[in-house]
Amino acid sequence: MIVFEYIAEALFFGFVILTFMGGFMAIRSRLLMHAVLGLAVSLFGVAGLYFHLGSPFLAMMQILIYVGAVCIIIVLGVMIGNTPDQLLAKKQVRKNLPLALVTCALGFVGLFVAMIVRTEFTSATEKVGDMSIRFVGENLLYQYCMAFELISVVLLTAIIGAIILARGGREEETS
Amino acid sequence: MEIFYSLLPELIRIVIAAICGAVIVFGNALVMGYAERKLAGHIMFRPGPMEVGPHGIYQLVIDGLKLMGKQLVIPKNADTPLFMLAPLIAFAPVFVPLLVIPFSDKIQGFDLDVGLLLILAFASINVLAILIGGWSSNNKYSLFGAIRSVAQNVAYEIPMLISLLAIIFMTNTFSLKEIAAAQSPVWFVVIQPLAFLIYIVAMVAETNRAPFDLPEAESELTAGFHTEYSGMSFSLFVLGEYANMFIVCSVATVFFLGGDSGIPLPYFEYTGIIWFLLKVYLLMFFLIWIRWTYPRTRFDQLMNFCWKYLIPFSLVNLLITVVMVKLL
Repeated sequence: MIVFEYIAEALFFGFVILTFMGGFMAIRSRLLMHAVLGLAVSLFGVAGLYFHLGSPFLAMMQILIYVGAVCIIIVLGVMIGNTPDQLLAKKQVRKNLPLALVTCALGFVGLFVAMIVRTEFTSATEKVGDMSIRFVGENLLYQYCMAFELISVVLLTAIIGAIILARGGREEETS
Repeated sequence: MEIFYSLLPELIRIVIAAICGAVIVFGNALVMGYAERKLAGHIMFRPGPMEVGPHGIYQLVIDGLKLMGKQLVIPKNADTPLFMLAPLIAFAPVFVPLLVIPFSDKIQGFDLDVGLLLILAFASINVLAILIGGWSSNNKYSLFGAIRSVAQNVAYEIPMLISLLAIIFMTNTFSLKEIAAAQSPVWFVVIQPLAFLIYIVAMVAETNRAPFDLPEAESELTAGFHTEYSGMSFSLFVLGEYANMFIVCSVATVFFLGGDSGIPLPYFEYTGIIWFLLKVYLLMFFLIWIRWTYPRTRFDQLMNFCWKYLIPFSLVNLLITVVMVKLL
């Protein structure tokens, strides 16, 4: 038994390290491709954490959705981002680095403290079997129905907007 | 300590499932590689490989040895770490879906209640590998192939999911074993012929095979995303492709062709695997057949076909299914 608890613990820290490493790669790299791949690694870590928390459904959806999303971001990056040669030619401005660091640190600490102070921590109830699909579905369609529908409307608007923008460009080209 | 012993069978099961997965991946690549070349030959009225062994059956073994001995060439301007990583990302995830495929009543790694999602999630990682490989080669042909692959795979994932969703609504479960078991009187291919057709088309597109092999179109892009790859890193892409074909054909078998059902044999909990593999390899034969029979589509035709025909038809099919499930 102890062995399995150790394995679970090790997996948990492995996923946490993966998440942080991916995040660090994402902000540290100057090349958009590497940054987005860091994001992918980080999201895999989060999927692993969902799995560790006993919801394989959420973990699978995380991988399924974000792999596609990461691919799209990479394609956009290839189309509008700088190439490696252009990046090497550019000089990085480091004049405002201390100011940026201080602002980020203050913002992060402020948000973090506010989050800890304002959240009521309750101990989780014991899980009985894996009900994740049914549970997520019922919650989305009963308790959070309004938010769910609003998000759908926002996404629909975004899709229609993207189609209109793309079509407009194409018609101008042909005329 | 007692709990350890009670969990020990599970550990042994994991190890055996992993070994069987490796056997399936490599054995399948050998069989399919030979079958593909032989069938391609016969479709074109030529004998195919004939020199190594009787009717060339050892050809693939020799080819494998040759590929392992080849030098790995990395282009000077390539992004070396990503260039080396891409074939591994293409190859590694194919082992996971094999764990949940119900080959017969008793032969299955794990029966997860999110089995289908697991397969789709890990099969979708293949696109990321193609994209990384194409971009990091620093070659215009490779980049074109990679970007085509993203557009194609993201588009064809939608009709694939929706056509499978119709079956999910009928069976009320994501577990592959229960879906296979739900077809004991009639297979779902009879009840859902449209969903089956849509799935087959999307399946060909998802595995990047002709007539939808735009990411690696030889005539326009030399070899698309794997132009710069050689030796073992190239063969990892090919192994991944054959394993993905096996996986999508297995999903088709489970969802539409009744899984392991067939004429009962003795010890059917185990011997059902014969029927299962027979159906899977018939589908694979079909894939090879259309690859060497039809010409490649143009890219705009490919995308139009998905967005203007497959997605609306699959949505209508889903709607009809939902109404029928509610009424009956």
